[in-house]
Amino acid sequence: MNHRSVLRQAICFAALILLTALLTAANVLQGSVDVSVGQVLNILVQGAGSDTASQIIWNIRLPRALAALVLGGALSVSGFLLQTFFQNPIAGPFVLGISSGAKLVVALVMIGALSRGLVLGSAALIAAAFIGSLVVMGFILAVSGRVKKMSLLVVAGVMVGYICSAITDILVTFADDSNIVNLHNWSMGSFSGISWQNLAVLSAVTGVSLFCTIFLAKPMSAYQLGESYAASVGVHIRLFRLQLVLFSSLLSACVTAFAGPVSFVGIAVPHLVKSLFKTAKPLCILPACFLGGAAFCLACDLIARTLFAPTELSIGSVTAVFGAPVVIWIMLRRQANRNGGEAV
Amino acid sequence: MKNSENQILLSQNLAAGYAGRPVTEPVSFEALPGQILTLIGPNGAGKSTLLKTIARQLLPVRGTVWLAGEQLFSLTEQQAAKRLSVLLTGRLRTELTSCREVVSAGRYPYTGRLGILSKEDWLQVDRALELVGASDLSGRDFNRISDGQRQRILLARAICQQPQVLVLDEPTSFLDIRHKLELLFILKQLVEEQKLAVVMSLHELDLAQKISDRVLCITADGRPDRYGSPEEVFTQDYIASLYQLERGSYNSLFGCVELEASSGPAQVFVVGGAGSGIPIYRRLQRQGIPFAAGVLGENDLELPVAKALSCALVTEKAFYPIGREALHRAQQLLSGCQVLVCCCRQFGPLNEANQNLLEQAKKQGISVLFEWPANAEQAKSILKRKV
Repeated sequence: MNHRSVLRQAICFAALILLTALLTAANVLQGSVDVSVGQVLNILVQGAGSDTASQIIWNIRLPRALAALVLGGALSVSGFLLQTFFQNPIAGPFVLGISSGAKLVVALVMIGALSRGLVLGSAALIAAAFIGSLVVMGFILAVSGRVKKMSLLVVAGVMVGYICSAITDILVTFADDSNIVNLHNWSMGSFSGISWQNLAVLSAVTGVSLFCTIFLAKPMSAYQLGESYAASVGVHIRLFRLQLVLFSSLLSACVTAFAGPVSFVGIAVPHLVKSLFKTAKPLCILPACFLGGAAFCLACDLIARTLFAPTELSIGSVTAVFGAPVVIWIMLRRQANRNGGEAV
Repeated sequence: MKNSENQILLSQNLAAGYAGRPVTEPVSFEALPGQILTLIGPNGAGKSTLLKTIARQLLPVRGTVWLAGEQLFSLTEQQAAKRLSVLLTGRLRTELTSCREVVSAGRYPYTGRLGILSKEDWLQVDRALELVGASDLSGRDFNRISDGQRQRILLARAICQQPQVLVLDEPTSFLDIRHKLELLFILKQLVEEQKLAVVMSLHELDLAQKISDRVLCITADGRPDRYGSPEEVFTQDYIASLYQLERGSYNSLFGCVELEASSGPAQVFVVGGAGSGIPIYRRLQRQGIPFAAGVLGENDLELPVAKALSCALVTEKAFYPIGREALHRAQQLLSGCQVLVCCCRQFGPLNEANQNLLEQAKKQGISVLFEWPANAEQAKSILKRKV
């Protein structure tokens, strides 16, 4: 590796870390109730207190900001894993319907539990979302065995996503419970209402998953030259593909379980990060994706909360506004490459 | 049975195929260090399937493959990768990846859990780039170089894997003639310097004939056939039957193919020699005009082309002057023609009898030309005038 690209990557990492830190701070400082910077610092140093400002900072803003950070990172890493798996830059947990599948199963389990008067723990939510993700992933894999064209696969994924979302909507509409408001919020996608206990569980699950995916960087790098070359240098292809599916599903399941469906982060962020770092090396891009996803979701959540305060936008609509154009940009560039006579 | 020291790769009764269904019949062959074994045969014969199987990409339907004394399919992925590398057919698309990074992918079996290359690994990468003469491409984007350069980079990738056996599937497809030659030249050098054992498939028979130490032929129905030196394999009749050539022929001396001769009674008689007739033969063939040629010595350099393209040919024994008998046969053929084309500019002791043909033509009112038009319309009008 030459020194210039190492320097570039180091600068990019530093910038992303700084950006994430600044956005986290902004998320804690900004809100419908004015709390000054000095006050916030005071509250953070003193620990959780019983006054309103302290309650707002410790129980609402801080966990929400941290959730956006961790889940945003998890989502974009999940997207990068899926893009490696399908060897296509427009694969992602949302377009392939995986998020919606997770959402459906979580809604089913939630409503089932609520009707019996049970409150589900964080781990149970993640498990439900994980199962939903795997079911849709299984379907997508079955389809991909038959159709080799990525565009058809994406269409299949989008359709499955619509079906799952429609059923979820129907379930939510007819579920009669006082928690319905929460359920509705969640099914629209939001980082609100995440407790410290939720945060602990989801951080643990994403932390372990991310740690494991770092060790996938080596086979991922080989896999970028195609399955055959990867096998020829010693990648155990089946095991590797299974790991990709499991970790991408687990990471996106964490997001869906707590924040509902969040669109386009999984496609847009890995692409932006690769363009920024000018490399596709997984060992560099995996951590960069986490930081990029964290910054992206923190920024989007800040907009969702503050743009029309006190009315909140759903996080999915904000990420779509910024993420969807990136997807269009990717597709146009690929088309241009193709027309330019580049090898496709 | 284990293979001996210098049989790096040994296949025994190996039947290759997909999902338990064989594509090729059982075949046994071996690859030796410092030698190139080339598989030839028509499209669909199963050459690629066979190569994929010895490269461990497919499970064998039957039979065994030994790699350096051990069963190929009982090795771990890493063990196999350290002994055998591949260059596959088909284009590769990468994203934001420099040539040096593509080459570095070959170090996979040697790096640790995170795949970070050591100084030694990078040295190997740069050495491989140098071996294929692509050091200057090092920092270029792999997507933005030519097909020929790309194949060289992929060859470097295979080399820096430090294998004992290199498997190449049609490494020269998509390449123009210059890059074909360059790639094969580099390959030959590598084989000699690194004592690599190479197994590859090639479509270009002319190149296969020149570069291979041994050749294995697979027929259209997947049956292994001749297996031996290029001299044993590349004969006119054998290649014609292997590829089921019906509309043309294979020239074993030059390793090239000729199109089918026009059939019918000869309309033009060509007096050539020493290569002067070749352009005229080709013109007449393109224009679909059946022609006779003669008299040529059997050592004349244009004989293979005349043989392939004429509908009647008169020859004389090598190194002998044209004799009475050959001249007589030529005269008979000539009297059936409408035009004589004489492209031979020199008559010496061996071919002076051909001058008799010119005289005979003048006597019989057969027009004598010293050139033949490239234009098909003009050619036809010459023949029409006579009828």
